[in-house]
Amino acid sequence: MTISVQEGDFDVGREIADLSSGCREIGAVASFVGLVRNADATEKEINGLQSANHSAQITAMTLEHYPGMTENALANIVAQAKARWDLNNIRVIHRIGRLLPGERIVFVGVASAHRGDAFAACEFVMDYLKTQAPFWKKEETATGGRWVDARETDDTAAARWR
Amino acid sequence: MSTTVLFFAGLREAVGTSSFSLDLPPEVNTVGALREHLAAGSDRWSALTRTTNLRAAVNQLMVDMNAAVTDGDEVAFFPPVTGG
Repeated sequence: MTISVQEGDFDVGREIADLSSGCREIGAVASFVGLVRNADATEKEINGLQSANHSAQITAMTLEHYPGMTENALANIVAQAKARWDLNNIRVIHRIGRLLPGERIVFVGVASAHRGDAFAACEFVMDYLKTQAPFWKKEETATGGRWVDARETDDTAAARWR
Repeated sequence: MSTTVLFFAGLREAVGTSSFSLDLPPEVNTVGALREHLAAGSDRWSALTRTTNLRAAVNQLMVDMNAAVTDGDEVAFFPPVTGG
């Protein structure tokens, strides 16, 4: 199984081990784990402000997605990565539903003969996932709920692979 | 055959529904024309034209506003994605 969209958590150690199990050609496994932050870093980074405003503390985050299209979009991103780099194995897990700060949201793992392909493909998959896969985050703070705005830096990150 | 329209995230909340079906008038043959058609129909749909950087998908593939729409398609409107 390459792609999972699920409510439940995942075992990072097991996922990394599974990526190379039974294949002696693999010399590199690169992985990324995304977590729910407790601070509204978007505001802080855009305005250059320090996070003195405690009302911006995130108490939970809910991830909505477009069932069907999500899986298709992730499969398409994985196919592009496989066409571009020499990869033995790839794994993408994205959680949906309500998550608390510190919880894992996303896992991307890539196995290859050499680290260059593994690092590059892992970053490519994350950059494309951020801009192409239909997920939306809604933050909960003490003052209510707020849909997270898309960030220009994510578009810039995805554009450098073109 | 009717066309299914889906809404997600903040746009879904703004229009107050996640999906509905309609029969496309003959002149509504692109995603952008569908957006204008719905927004012109009632205040309820005005969020479609108020949402900045509105994105769309036809049959679960991300497209731009010039993409063709035909009877039986599944059309989705949503804000820019924020996963990961």
